[in-house]
Amino acid sequence: MTARSTGRRIRPSGGYELFMWYFMRLSGLALVFLAVGHLFIMHILNNVETINYAFVASRWTAPRTGWIWRLWDASLISLAVIHGFNGLRQVLYEYLSAGGRIVAGTVTWALTAVFIGAGGYSILMFQPDEGFIKEHPLKIERTTEISSASAPPASQPISVAR
Amino acid sequence: MLSQAELIDPQARTLTVRIKRYNPEVDEKPHWEEYKVEADGHDRVLDVIQKVKWEQDDTLSLRRSCAHGVCGSDAMRINGSNGLACKILVKNLRSDTLTLEPILGLPVLKDLIVDMKPFFDHYKSVMPFLVNDEQPPTAERLQSPAERARFDESTKCILCACCTTACPPFWGDRKYVGPAAIVNAHRFIFDSRDRGAAERLEILNDAEGVWRCRTVFNCTSACPRDIKVTQTISEVKRLLMTGNIDLDTAPSVVIGN
Repeated sequence: MTARSTGRRIRPSGGYELFMWYFMRLSGLALVFLAVGHLFIMHILNNVETINYAFVASRWTAPRTGWIWRLWDASLISLAVIHGFNGLRQVLYEYLSAGGRIVAGTVTWALTAVFIGAGGYSILMFQPDEGFIKEHPLKIERTTEISSASAPPASQPISVAR
Repeated sequence: MLSQAELIDPQARTLTVRIKRYNPEVDEKPHWEEYKVEADGHDRVLDVIQKVKWEQDDTLSLRRSCAHGVCGSDAMRINGSNGLACKILVKNLRSDTLTLEPILGLPVLKDLIVDMKPFFDHYKSVMPFLVNDEQPPTAERLQSPAERARFDESTKCILCACCTTACPPFWGDRKYVGPAAIVNAHRFIFDSRDRGAAERLEILNDAEGVWRCRTVFNCTSACPRDIKVTQTISEVKRLLMTGNIDLDTAPSVVIGN
């Protein structure tokens, strides 16, 4: 028999818990790409031993691509901190009464704001300290420009993969 | 089909049965007691318990009624996971030690008997009955096989509480309505004859509703009726977000089979 396509529409619900549930799904998905991408760039494309102040500075101040890395890192820290603290809040809620939940909610959101504030300020307001970079220069010639990520300079010893 | 040999030699074993005992009139807190039981491979865990009660210690208290997995009264924690004692066979036990506890998260009254009132209060809170104030037709309210299949999964619930008392968020938060109540809300929300979805969804959109679910999947593995509990909860979550009650999308049910 042919099934008649049926369905009803009701007003979609809203609310804090629904929003946060959806946020957890979306941020989780985004974090897979952001975090795995971050690890890939930092640990596979580049050797950890070459990552220093100058390396980060060169990424964030690169003329064309700098804003991409800053946006990447700012998104990574914001989403990860909200995602993590909301997860913590959810776990705490299970063990707390109404009063305790207000405290837990306030504390986790306050910590979220502090961490994103500190991290976001560092990432977005970053100005390189040229003197420090002169003392501790880049350990590789170019960093994250994939087009130039060919063989490293001959003088650069390639450390053993771990 | 069992072979004749299996029927004659049904893997008899001697089980060490550890039961968490509690008598509120004597004990301050629950304690463990051990019994040795000769069990047949085709015995159910319930048979083993009854051997203890009938042959060794008649003070042991438990609930059972139909003993065939239909009434749902002998839900208990068997070797650490929830199930019906009448549905688990001795031959399927991994070790010769059988550990029995009352289901978690509900007040223990005596031995394996818990107070089910909080569980049924949550069940009642989601309006588990048909809500429809429209003029009733002269005959039945008709429904297509597809529409009926849409909520078939959640009609299978026997309210044994295996899922709800296997749920870690419920262990921590007894105000959480729990998987069983959500399954029974699902049963009516996705019923084409019902008109109470909005009201039920408002109850389930509460902080103590579906959002306490962290998709642990303990409910799904505990369900003796093989209901995909986590999936029904997720369908309610999705509906809360979209407002779209799809009344004939039953992915897991083959119609006309």
